[in-house]
Amino acid sequence: MAGSIYHHLLSRGVTRRDFLKFCSATAATLGLSSSMVPQIAEALEKKERPSVVWLHFQECTGDSESVLRASKPSIAKVILDIVSLDYHETIMAPSGHAAEKSLHDTITKKKGKYIAVYEGAVPTKDGGIYCFVGGKKSIDTCKEVAAGAMANIAVGNCACFGGVPAAKPNPTEAKGIRDIIGGTVLNIPGCPMNPENFTAVVVHFLTFGSLPALDSLGRPLFAYGKLIHNNCERRPHFDQGQFVRQWGDQGHRLGWCLYEMGCKGPMAFQNCPTIRWNEGTSWPVQAGHPCIACATPDNWDAAYPFYQRMKAVPGVGWQANADKIGLGVAAATAAAVAAHGAIRAAKRRKECSKSEDEGHE
Amino acid sequence: MRAVEHALNITIPDNARILRNIINAIQAIHDHVIHFYHLHALDWVDVVSALKADPAKTAALASSISDWPNNASASYFKAVAGKLKAFVESGQLGIFANGYWGHPAYKLPPEANLMAVAHYLEALDWQRDFIKAMALLGAKNPHPQTYLVGGMATPIDPNSQNAINANTIAQLLEYADRAQAFVDKVYIPDLLAIASFYKDWAGIGAGVGNFLSYGEFQNDNLPNTTNVWLPAGFIKGKDLTKIEKVDHKKMTEEVSRSWYKYAGGDDKPLHPWDGETTPNYTGPKETYKELNTDGKNKYSWVKAIRYDGVPVEVGPLARMVIAYAAGHKEAKGLIDFVLGKLGVGPAALFSTLGRTAARGIETKLIADKLPSYIMELAANIKKGDYRVANTDKWEPSTWPAEAKGYGYHEAPRGALCHWIVIKDRQIANYQCVVPGGVNASPRDAKGQRGPDEEALIGTPIAKPDQPLEIIRTIHSFDPCMACAIHAVDANGKEIVQVRVR
Repeated sequence: MAGSIYHHLLSRGVTRRDFLKFCSATAATLGLSSSMVPQIAEALEKKERPSVVWLHFQECTGDSESVLRASKPSIAKVILDIVSLDYHETIMAPSGHAAEKSLHDTITKKKGKYIAVYEGAVPTKDGGIYCFVGGKKSIDTCKEVAAGAMANIAVGNCACFGGVPAAKPNPTEAKGIRDIIGGTVLNIPGCPMNPENFTAVVVHFLTFGSLPALDSLGRPLFAYGKLIHNNCERRPHFDQGQFVRQWGDQGHRLGWCLYEMGCKGPMAFQNCPTIRWNEGTSWPVQAGHPCIACATPDNWDAAYPFYQRMKAVPGVGWQANADKIGLGVAAATAAAVAAHGAIRAAKRRKECSKSEDEGHE
Repeated sequence: MRAVEHALNITIPDNARILRNIINAIQAIHDHVIHFYHLHALDWVDVVSALKADPAKTAALASSISDWPNNASASYFKAVAGKLKAFVESGQLGIFANGYWGHPAYKLPPEANLMAVAHYLEALDWQRDFIKAMALLGAKNPHPQTYLVGGMATPIDPNSQNAINANTIAQLLEYADRAQAFVDKVYIPDLLAIASFYKDWAGIGAGVGNFLSYGEFQNDNLPNTTNVWLPAGFIKGKDLTKIEKVDHKKMTEEVSRSWYKYAGGDDKPLHPWDGETTPNYTGPKETYKELNTDGKNKYSWVKAIRYDGVPVEVGPLARMVIAYAAGHKEAKGLIDFVLGKLGVGPAALFSTLGRTAARGIETKLIADKLPSYIMELAANIKKGDYRVANTDKWEPSTWPAEAKGYGYHEAPRGALCHWIVIKDRQIANYQCVVPGGVNASPRDAKGQRGPDEEALIGTPIAKPDQPLEIIRTIHSFDPCMACAIHAVDANGKEIVQVRVR
């Protein structure tokens, strides 16, 4: 069908074979059986590229950079061709008023038909005055764009849960998108998010017309349904009590478990061990660095100190997910914000008494 | 990290220094290529004009400047033109919608535009592949995880599959080769070809003419060593005959025009060790069209960062100007080559074109240097040295009750330094003075303009409602898109309208 995503990919030099490979890879990332590949391919062959509006708030643009590394089938060919990226401040050609026009055109002419992607936290203190873009408060822009979107996707920990801007003492009272617009926001957390998860979500949406199944934190189960600890290639060393004790020691060189060095894999839900990063090149534990639970709410406080051993590893079954475990950090975010702070503070006192600071929760 | 290492007087192992040099090099090369092709090229390249290009003539042009395989192929450029045509005809222009296409300030012939668009797409693929070199050493990109106070977290052991080994070295060398090929055969020839159509920009966008570099690529393991490959220095008033030594104590910030308040007075410059960050937002509370930047109004979240009392430019141009003045052999040779190719003198460096050219020159310098760092790592491993971190001060119990430090770094975007004050083993003060802020810093109490603003003075504008020329100069600084660019864009526009009319 002319004008379809598949047609568009063909016009950009992607072969039928590459196209089907991409559909298969996406199905695998989504945890779908290969019998779903024809359905994904069919959907992409029929649908026009949906408009995407990508907003930046309090962030470092790491998630945008991450998207540029997407690899299946090949980076920008996915992001620039499967979707029509109508507004993205970093890589769009226009600036200033011309850029504002792109945003305005999309959200008015394609009302109800565009996907909104949010990168960065939204400051709420003092009426939201701590982030203006183009003379408008980010909190206003966020609400306006969300109102006409057919799907809302938050990428990276800042947009999902507040991230770095919301770390103690959170001077601007920064919040994740869910806390601003409510409703259904699909969260793809991480610092940054893994681009393959983003691609898989978009394709899922195009194929089935709905967002994939989410946990109570809005994270797609296909990517955040399992503990890093349970999928980790170093798990046998944990089970056998073989731990790295110091940087560069024999255990470190032999790839033993990083738990004693502060690894937060036992509290972190993400598919890093299976899909890895940069076309499967590596991921933090593979490289020798502990996981810092970058896809966990408030990891800058909850997973801190990064290099101190977790005091207790909860008994976690292989089938558990974040909801079933009810791990303090995970469950806390689902609770009210005030309660959240209290639980987090209590947890911190229990686990990290050494580093207790002014108690400014 | 370097600030803490300096505060605690930690000397890192050889391997950590070499690994940092390798990662810094990868970062710089990758960042500069993305900046040129994906964040800056469309200020010079008219995508729509490329549709009018003749593929055979494009191949003739491209093969005359480089033997990059695709450049000689008319069918390759025909395919790119076809894809571009289909893209435009789809009516879904995405990131290319509302560009200033057809603007009179675009000077490239259609064939050069098509060549650049083709390489824009090639560079997207190249960067995704090349950055895997960083993931090999640092787990992932963006946001690698391997940096530690005292060294690196990626172990080295030639007899382990879970550590940096001979296979890692071989892969790194391959990535380095491919980077060199792309820079030599695509980036540099494109840069020279495009620049040759925009020589008037060697006289536009000079800026403050004061340049600062902390120096980077350490040759020894001491904190903030001055023994570096790309030299440190301070040059004032474009005077290439005099390079002052850098003294971190001369770096100050004041907030008379910034949305903060200082206990001792907003107009009193503070050294970062004594720095304060107390917000004092006085701007509009609701949607606004323009900021009031008149008189003494505060108008920026960036502090007025000054070195020795004056605004300084940081970044590739600063590093290259300082290296040139210092007689750095490889840098001087390359800069003279590029100036000769364009038929301009060293004064042309002080411009928007000079800034963009300096970024390309630096990329080639670093791409040429990268293999030697990888070989240095191999040689050190061969000696049997597997140490990656100095852990003597890993436990806070080993620290003194009070300590102060600073850590220099030359990021791709420019000079960056963090200052830390440690009291009772906790952070008492931490101030980052980052390159995007140095260049975008606002006016100070004396009314001195910051580098970005100064560089815009005198810019000719063909169409005030389409200020493409302003964007060229601002983008030439590689501004920190994440923080300040929106304010700069909006303000830039108002300044243009006021001054040009």
